[in-house]
Amino acid sequence: MTATLTRREALAAGFGTVLLPATLSAQPAQRPAEFRIGVTTFLSGPASVFGVPSRRACEMLIEQINAAGGLAGVPVRAIFVDEGPGTDHLVGEIRRLVQAEGVHAVFQSISSGSCLACTPLSRELNKVMLLWDCGTQRIFEENRYDYAFRTQGYATPEVLAPLLYLLRKKPDIRTLAVVNQDYAWGRDSWEIWKTAMDALKPGVRVVAEMFPRFGSTDFSTEITRLLALRPDVVYSTSWGGELVTFIRQATERRLHERTTFVLPVAEASLQILGRNMPEGHIIGARGDHWNNHPAPANPELFRSFVSAYRQRFNEYPIYPCHHMAQAVWALKAAVEKAVATKSGGWPSDAELAAAFRGLTFPTPTSTITLREDGQGLEDQIVGMSHIDPNFGFAVPREMMRYSAAQVSAPVGQKSVDWLKTLTPAMVQQAGTAL
Amino acid sequence: MAEWFQDNGLLLGLALLDGLSSAGLIFLVAVGLNLVFGVLRIINVAHGSLYAIGAYTAASIGLFLSTRGLPQWAALPVLLLSAALVGAVLGPLIERFILRRIYAGEEVVQLLVTFALFMILEDVQKLLWGVQPIHHDAALKLLGTIDVPFGSDFIPFTNYQLFVLPGFAIVTLIGLAWFLRRTLTGRVIVAVTTDREAATAMGIDAAKVFLLTFTFGAMLAALGGALSSPTAALVPGIGAQTIVLSFAVVATAGLGQIEGAALTSLMMGLGRSIAVYFEPELEVVVPYIIMVLVLLVRPQGLFGVIETRRV
Repeated sequence: MTATLTRREALAAGFGTVLLPATLSAQPAQRPAEFRIGVTTFLSGPASVFGVPSRRACEMLIEQINAAGGLAGVPVRAIFVDEGPGTDHLVGEIRRLVQAEGVHAVFQSISSGSCLACTPLSRELNKVMLLWDCGTQRIFEENRYDYAFRTQGYATPEVLAPLLYLLRKKPDIRTLAVVNQDYAWGRDSWEIWKTAMDALKPGVRVVAEMFPRFGSTDFSTEITRLLALRPDVVYSTSWGGELVTFIRQATERRLHERTTFVLPVAEASLQILGRNMPEGHIIGARGDHWNNHPAPANPELFRSFVSAYRQRFNEYPIYPCHHMAQAVWALKAAVEKAVATKSGGWPSDAELAAAFRGLTFPTPTSTITLREDGQGLEDQIVGMSHIDPNFGFAVPREMMRYSAAQVSAPVGQKSVDWLKTLTPAMVQQAGTAL
Repeated sequence: MAEWFQDNGLLLGLALLDGLSSAGLIFLVAVGLNLVFGVLRIINVAHGSLYAIGAYTAASIGLFLSTRGLPQWAALPVLLLSAALVGAVLGPLIERFILRRIYAGEEVVQLLVTFALFMILEDVQKLLWGVQPIHHDAALKLLGTIDVPFGSDFIPFTNYQLFVLPGFAIVTLIGLAWFLRRTLTGRVIVAVTTDREAATAMGIDAAKVFLLTFTFGAMLAALGGALSSPTAALVPGIGAQTIVLSFAVVATAGLGQIEGAALTSLMMGLGRSIAVYFEPELEVVVPYIIMVLVLLVRPQGLFGVIETRRV
């Protein structure tokens, strides 16, 4: 039997297809029995050194929120997905989280590759997506998203702040070498550094550009070459086991006596390195959340977060834990704002997304504002490594804070274009000593 | 050319020193895989896990004993004992309960089973040792450094890197060659490698040979991991990184060829370190360029022999 449609029926079906979803989404949202968050993070592979601690932080904070009554009275539940199997798998998993699990928001991801592949889904699925840790500048510089927001800083300020600090502390540098991991972050962060360095201090000679294989466990050849070249500065945005291995192999052969390391992502490896981290080298934390922050905005909240994490997991929280916490606090602030806007009614996805734009939410160390393009403005604190007996590992001293507005590309400008416009005067103008 | 050597001769010398150390470590891991491949005819993806577990065990035992006041000189024997322990425990278990069931299976089944084992052992590592980097460098510190002259300058190298790693590789190569050619057990293994059917027909217990060879191969993988542990931070995924390069060595060397594995490791180690000095962008691909070039000329591998097809 063949079914036939009249022209009128076909038109009605077409209009129905187009208009029905819009009509449904315009219905007042019902307060859910629970608020489900899909969280993507590395639970396997080398990046699980970030992913597992961040998952712990997320679980701990959700327990605390639920114990205090939930998000605007709604209990919260997180569903975790492993980023390890790759972006194709992750794209499918995010669809599943939204369409099958019915999550109300997605926290994604650690890898910049994951974020680049998955953030467009926020547009397709009309679901709030908080980029909680990935740093690529391309997300909000190349696209506009209504449902995606980054609740922390990004690559440009995280690289520019350590460079400004270096040029302030060691203005006479003449030579530099780079040893970055051979993948997107290693290459992108070098491009940002090189562009900014050429603008802020023209004439610094790059004597070696080395990008060892991602996951490498032996840097002895790179270290020999650096020992022979004697650059004034060795810049590396490596992280995890690779940074630990590089620093240990380098210090064993006294490379740190011949050069100054600049390590913008060092914070997450300092506990592991312990006293093997040499003193007097430049370290960053991808934000302002150092565990020895001298003047946090909310000391009580800061201490309670750090001590609760330490008590439970017997280690200090590292920066991915702080980044995860920022996403949780941003969500809490946005839900409360959206509910208040509706005088106690529950917001739709679109109304929740609208609450994020321009949102300023408190963190233990400062406040973060999500500007109009969705990018979070997070201050950066950089300092010199120093073994603190209270911690038993290196923490920064001679700290300087760089306000996010100073070191982030303005809305609508691409980072590399903006960095080219910087002038050497910025070195003295930017940053305040803590 | 002479001018180039005049300008870069010193750097080339440094690259050779680095390459020897790197080749030593590559050889120790790859030779076990090659031996297992040669005798059992199984592509053992889990070889990388044995490397990782060897490394983690050595670091854990070292850390435990150092808190118990272990004398510094014991750091090196601990590495060897850890490798022996891992090989002796996991080798027979894996061979007896897993591999023995798939010898007659298709190659793709063997590959899938050993890959599944690799994934399980990766999770076991995370369960036992967590995800944060672990390191124990007592052996490295014990041996100290040596300053190698470099023009008017000097370059510090660790004695561990310069002498221990290549030294162990040379001792393993000589010991293995002697064992396989001069002892009855070794000759039995060679017989099974060369012609399994004929060896079995002559009364050789192939099951025993398989068990022995796999255990020995597991010990070599664990030895590679244990010897790398004083220099590297151990994190999830180190096994996967190692196994890829080891496969390249096995393919280039030829099936079951010990000397081939040594020469290939040397070529790859030197190739990588020379690339770091003169063309760093090529460092990652150099081993695979070597592999492709060798296989284009000798598809059976450097030292491999062309096998006649049996019907």
